[in-house]
Amino acid sequence: MSYSITEPSSRQKWIAGILVVGYALLTLLPLVWIIATGFKTPADAIAYPPKVVFTPSLEGYVNLFTSRSRVTPEDLAALGPPTTWYDAIVRQYDMVITGPSRYGERFMNSVIIGFGSTFLSVFLGTIAAYAFSRFKVPLKDDLLFFILSTRMMPPIAVAIPIFLMYRELGLSDTHLGMILLYTAVNLSLSVWLLKGFIDEIPIEYEEAALIDGYTRFQAFYKVVLPQAATGIASTAIFCLIFAWNEYAFAVLLTSGTAQTAPPFIPTIIGAGGKDWPAVAAGATLFLLPIMVFTILLRKHLLRGITFGAVRK
Amino acid sequence: MHDDLAQRVAAATPPALARRLRGVSDRTIAWLFVTPTILLLLAVNIFPLNWTIRLSLTNFRTNRPNNPVEFVGIENYRKILTNPDTWASLQATAHFLIWTIVLQVLIGFALAYLINKKFRGNDLWTTLIVLPMMLSPAVVGNFWTFLYQPQIGLFNYFVAFLTGADPASFSMIGEVSLAPWAIIIVDTWMWTPFVMLICLAGLRSIPPSIYEAAECDRASKWRQFWTITLPMALPFLMLAVLFRGIENFKMFDLVVQLTGGGPGATTQLTSIDLKREAFEKWRTGFASAYAVILFVTVFGLASIYVKALNKVKDR
Repeated sequence: MSYSITEPSSRQKWIAGILVVGYALLTLLPLVWIIATGFKTPADAIAYPPKVVFTPSLEGYVNLFTSRSRVTPEDLAALGPPTTWYDAIVRQYDMVITGPSRYGERFMNSVIIGFGSTFLSVFLGTIAAYAFSRFKVPLKDDLLFFILSTRMMPPIAVAIPIFLMYRELGLSDTHLGMILLYTAVNLSLSVWLLKGFIDEIPIEYEEAALIDGYTRFQAFYKVVLPQAATGIASTAIFCLIFAWNEYAFAVLLTSGTAQTAPPFIPTIIGAGGKDWPAVAAGATLFLLPIMVFTILLRKHLLRGITFGAVRK
Repeated sequence: MHDDLAQRVAAATPPALARRLRGVSDRTIAWLFVTPTILLLLAVNIFPLNWTIRLSLTNFRTNRPNNPVEFVGIENYRKILTNPDTWASLQATAHFLIWTIVLQVLIGFALAYLINKKFRGNDLWTTLIVLPMMLSPAVVGNFWTFLYQPQIGLFNYFVAFLTGADPASFSMIGEVSLAPWAIIIVDTWMWTPFVMLICLAGLRSIPPSIYEAAECDRASKWRQFWTITLPMALPFLMLAVLFRGIENFKMFDLVVQLTGGGPGATTQLTSIDLKREAFEKWRTGFASAYAVILFVTVFGLASIYVKALNKVKDR
């Protein structure tokens, strides 16, 4: 075994490990608290001192997905026994379920707009990055800088004219409008990240393919695309995360049909003030996919964050 | 026969020429591939920017579309720059910017330094630390208002546990003196991992041979840190500062959900102030001028900073 004089001693490793794990546990506490609060009853959620041990309840999730209204005890008695378990939970509070809440719709909007804009920005980003990487594009450096600089504008500043423009074009509060907007915002990231990945693929591969009789297009999708697949996938994840989390444009440009979950979740309220278990349940369902994603794909993701940043 | 000839010609000609012989030229492909991106960015960035600049010279109000629109010249700009509220929100932004950067750089660098000791399981713990920055700032910020509740909030309970103060005696988001710190704490919680990852990339880019040489020269660990580690990681640190600086200058979602700019205007960062002017008071012309000023400021500061960064890199 080779011995390196620069390798940290095992005591140093232990100390470093304990400090990092300590920080990680502290930093995860708010996230654990969100998940836990989703399974509390409203009374448990606001108990003092904060309850660490509690009887789990699905009340938060029931309230998240339903809209309810209060009825008099006599009316409630006249309804007969509850037919479903969620009916039973709601009736403890002298309420009946009147229908589904808007959470499902808002969540689906997030899915449609998130995936739609991710697909578009990765598609456009890949072909633009390929062109920037392989061909002599006039004013290349200026164009690349322009693409990057679009990222510096505060969203609210861009939102003023976009708000007016979308109203003229009938794109306000539509899925298409939001997809186009998020695509444009993500393009700078996707072009820059993907250019980095494509630059790393040796140009000789394509030249060999061209000599073998492939056309440019064939060389692009049969040689370059498979080589860039990992890069494309990690770029897609970044674009998806941005679109999934975006709030400023969503809150200003959507109100009903195309509203995504981030502006909706904070507006969830219960009968007497804020229904924290329902908010937490909504947040959990919304945040959990990203958490799982991050943990499963950590190798590509962590590299991507610094890669993109360091390249710029 | 023809195919055979074509192939022989293709093989004999240099690659660039051969490519041009087959179907679409590279030039056409280059244009075909770049144009959609440029067009979309023009439509969603440059066209609106141009519109914003034109609006900023008028008294247009979106909520009164039938009022006559008058050209007012630089009147809006004059009003903004002489408005004490603008300077108050710039001050709030500066306070937020400086403290978040200081805290995130210190904690982020320390974490990266520790993780670089390569203890067992360091990559899983790194991922767990990174989780907060992957999540929706609006949704998480909204939940932090719950953690910040006097008495019942976990944060207050935690502080009370550590200091012995009464958890009902203070409100992080309700008090003028505490609210600016409430947003700094959440932003630091959320974005320290980003600085950490960039620092980690910087630390890992230092070749071990340099430390070996320093060891041979009997340089102390302390001296190695100040003469090797820090200078070599500095360009990365500066890059992290640039990104956090730009992002936090634009900060909107997290703070709007946490404090909404309050109490009073203590956490009214420029983006929140701008949103009020544009989408609550509907002073579109005025807000457009405000937007232009902010954009010029962030662009100017970033350009100066990038120059400094390049100097450090070239050193």
